[in-house]
Amino acid sequence: MATIVGNPPAAPGPKKNRLGLQVLDYRGGKTTLCAGCGHNAISERIVDAMYEMGVAPERVMKLSGIGCSSKTPAYFMSRAHSFNSVHGRMPSVATGALMANHTMMGLGVSGDGDTASIGFGQFAHVMRRNLPLIYIIEDNGVYGLTKGQFSATADLGSTLKTGVINDLPPIDTCVMAVELGATFVGRSFSGDKKQLLAMLKAAIAHRGTVMLDVISPCVTFNDHEGSTKSYKYVQEHEEAVNEVGFVPSFEEISVDYDPGTTYDVEMHDGSHMRLRKLHPDYDPTSRIGAVTALMEAHHQGEVLTGVFYVDTTKPSFTDMLNLVDEPLATLPESRVRPSREVLDQIMKRHQ
Amino acid sequence: MATGNVAVGAPGAGSSAALQTPTSKRIINDFSIQVATVNGSGSQSANLVLLKSIFGMGIPVSGKNLFPSNIAGLPTWYTIRASKQGYVARRREIELLVAMNAETAREDILSLPAGGAAIYDESQNLKQYRDDVICYPVPFDKLTAAVCPEAKLRKLVRNMIYVGVVAQLLAMDLTEVEKAVRRQFAKKQKAADLNWGAIKAGFDYAATSLTKQDPLLLERMHATEGKIIIDGNAAAALGAMFAGVTVVTWYPITPSSSVVESLIDFMKKYRVEPDGKASFAIVQAEDELAAIGMVMGAGWAGARSMTSTSGPGISLMAEFAGLGYFAELPGVIFDIQRVGPSTGMPTRTMQGDLLSIAYLSHGDTKHVMLLPASVAECYQFAMEAFDLTEQLQTPVFVLSDLDIGMNNWMSDPFVYPEKPLQRGKVLSKDDLERLGGFERYKDVDGDAIPYRTLPGTDHPKAAYFTRGSGHNEKALYTERPDDYQNLMERLARKFDTARTMVPAPEVVQTGKSNIGLIAFGSSDFAVRESRDQLLKEYGLETDYMRLRAFPFSPEVQAFVAAHQRVYVIEQNRDGQMLSLLKLDLPAADVTRLRSIRHFDGLPLDARTVTDKLVLQEEI
Repeated sequence: MATIVGNPPAAPGPKKNRLGLQVLDYRGGKTTLCAGCGHNAISERIVDAMYEMGVAPERVMKLSGIGCSSKTPAYFMSRAHSFNSVHGRMPSVATGALMANHTMMGLGVSGDGDTASIGFGQFAHVMRRNLPLIYIIEDNGVYGLTKGQFSATADLGSTLKTGVINDLPPIDTCVMAVELGATFVGRSFSGDKKQLLAMLKAAIAHRGTVMLDVISPCVTFNDHEGSTKSYKYVQEHEEAVNEVGFVPSFEEISVDYDPGTTYDVEMHDGSHMRLRKLHPDYDPTSRIGAVTALMEAHHQGEVLTGVFYVDTTKPSFTDMLNLVDEPLATLPESRVRPSREVLDQIMKRHQ
Repeated sequence: MATGNVAVGAPGAGSSAALQTPTSKRIINDFSIQVATVNGSGSQSANLVLLKSIFGMGIPVSGKNLFPSNIAGLPTWYTIRASKQGYVARRREIELLVAMNAETAREDILSLPAGGAAIYDESQNLKQYRDDVICYPVPFDKLTAAVCPEAKLRKLVRNMIYVGVVAQLLAMDLTEVEKAVRRQFAKKQKAADLNWGAIKAGFDYAATSLTKQDPLLLERMHATEGKIIIDGNAAAALGAMFAGVTVVTWYPITPSSSVVESLIDFMKKYRVEPDGKASFAIVQAEDELAAIGMVMGAGWAGARSMTSTSGPGISLMAEFAGLGYFAELPGVIFDIQRVGPSTGMPTRTMQGDLLSIAYLSHGDTKHVMLLPASVAECYQFAMEAFDLTEQLQTPVFVLSDLDIGMNNWMSDPFVYPEKPLQRGKVLSKDDLERLGGFERYKDVDGDAIPYRTLPGTDHPKAAYFTRGSGHNEKALYTERPDDYQNLMERLARKFDTARTMVPAPEVVQTGKSNIGLIAFGSSDFAVRESRDQLLKEYGLETDYMRLRAFPFSPEVQAFVAAHQRVYVIEQNRDGQMLSLLKLDLPAADVTRLRSIRHFDGLPLDARTVTDKLVLQEEI
């Protein structure tokens, strides 16, 4: 070991967040997805957002279904408990887990097949319940693990590598989420680091269902000419309704905003999401406006991104259950097993 | 048959009818009453009043509701069996019919044995069908109108008239009937008065206008003191509450819905804390896939979680059941069995889900099943199930059925649990501090049950990755042949551990018989009665083992090996328990097994068991 002589300049220590954790503490296992897969970029943004927001990894439950997307919880935040469940059923597992422990943060990762086909029923009902869950769809329009069949988010007329043309209309998961009752709905693009990171940070600050549809091109099966989910197509057709900015609760607000050009949304934890209007008439608090804009964008062949809808007033599912403050999972016996007198009383009533 | 062609006594003279029936002809406290009504006509209240009045007279009694899958308009039958010996199984024979449903009245009266009696509306000329049945026509509409001025209530009150008529004919203790009706409408004084008025009207009418000709009588006994009446589904709900359940999910399905509906009532009353907050979450899921998904998620996160369903729901739960087995997740699933396959007969009973649950899901999957045979065991096994599922870290199924679940049964009062909650092998932050980490799927203790941590445990090494894909001891993804095989072998060993932890069978060994009977669940009532029949009528001693769980405890093989012929009695077509036993027992013992099966959707009765056994024994 070298002996330090004198006073060397203080080496800048590794960067740490407000919990004193390094970004390394948020990393996961090595990805086994294809090089260039959009999903890897999303995993990286999740790491960044959780790190920058100073979320304790031990306070997060990562949940997923089945598919390429659903493998990704293994590639970020190894210190968070994780549950890779069954195909299309992540919402129910998340609902159970969050009822068992409503003090945890729920992060669900799904894909377009996992959500819009096999899991459409559970998707609909978790949106409807406004479960406090960040629900990310890593949306590439194809089934990757089974080698490139169309999913239900593939656009009409989009082609497979084999030349097969999709002749069924796509399901817009954002339209559905707004309609069904999610309280934070947006779309981003795995290639848009800035927008995705800001949206994820705002998602962490929200209490209720956050539904983020992230277009995430499949470099192996759906990145060709004729695909509407390729890097090239999304870059050329992306149209943002707003520019998403985020000021966390633990940072001072240093920049004023112009209410004429920017929506300021105060989130549940005191953070502020700043939505700078790119579409002058776009109102992110209007469900009808959100659905209309999304449908118009489809009509024009645009990939609309941004925060489409946000409502910070509606109570979340676990709030509505009026649960005790502590996690149900670890309540002591004295609070979950009624007394002998209660049993006697019930028995008397049945005599 | 009865010839005592004498008018019954004056109104209110409770036991006068008894005095009028020749002593030699009397049938006391040992017969069945069947009430045939129309679904949705409110007859359930009247039938319960009748049942509870007999119970109040200290006479062992059981009630069975045979109802259609329909909201209103289709025929329904309620059978009440009074049995001084305490038999509560279904009986095929009916002695007294109350024919309130014009549509089925002809068929109903034709099904009576010669000498049976029938109460019916005077507008129906049922006498034309049977001259060997005692007929009691009653002007129901006239009597109802007199006591119930409000026309719209008459349909409901009309049923109470027959309670009064039956009470008079059977010489019931009217004070017990009044007690029962006032309890039935405890929160509605007006309704109680109205219904009591109707009962009295029926009672008085029978006293003055009917001539007691049948031999049936109810006399006070003291066999029900201290006992309760409850249905199996409410009992299971109570067990779940006292087991400390915190997360409950369900999708409505007959005959299981009342498990969670009862539980909701109990929990709202007894599990809301002084500040108004709930120590539980109950959610009606979008389907059974979601219901069990939530249970698995909640169990993974450390909650005592449950769902309740029936056959079609079990089919949908297959996928998650496999995940629960493979990823080792706790959760309790109540299956209130009904008749399958497919939609089958939703309001009829069967023990038909054994095989599908034992191996529910693809791959090599096996599940723990508990088999309650009474309301008391529905309560007790609910608690056992929560302990076992957390101790074994695997889903536990409790297989009740429509007969136990939806019918009212007498029982000794339930016993308060002495054993504290058994929460299984869960490592805390301090444990992790001490151990420096853990491996989720490692068999540390040699019982094949690994340790787990719960999400939220504040330690950097607490987390692990739960997956339904191949995993090694560290819960890491693997496709290695040895990893997979080791895991599957450990799971098999864990199932062997379960054999020693599940409720052991109940064995009645006389030491005098070569013949063993094996039954489980609701078949028990009939088998007990059949053993008495076999002894009394054929001089045949039998030994009896009532199975209470799967996997089978070591006692099971010992019992089979100790008998030359062992009859497996069950309520399904394919001998599902027989199959499970054949798979489990050594070949030499398998040859001892015989099979008695009943599968018409009605609860098993003793005579069926006796007849089928006698036939095979060639007695």
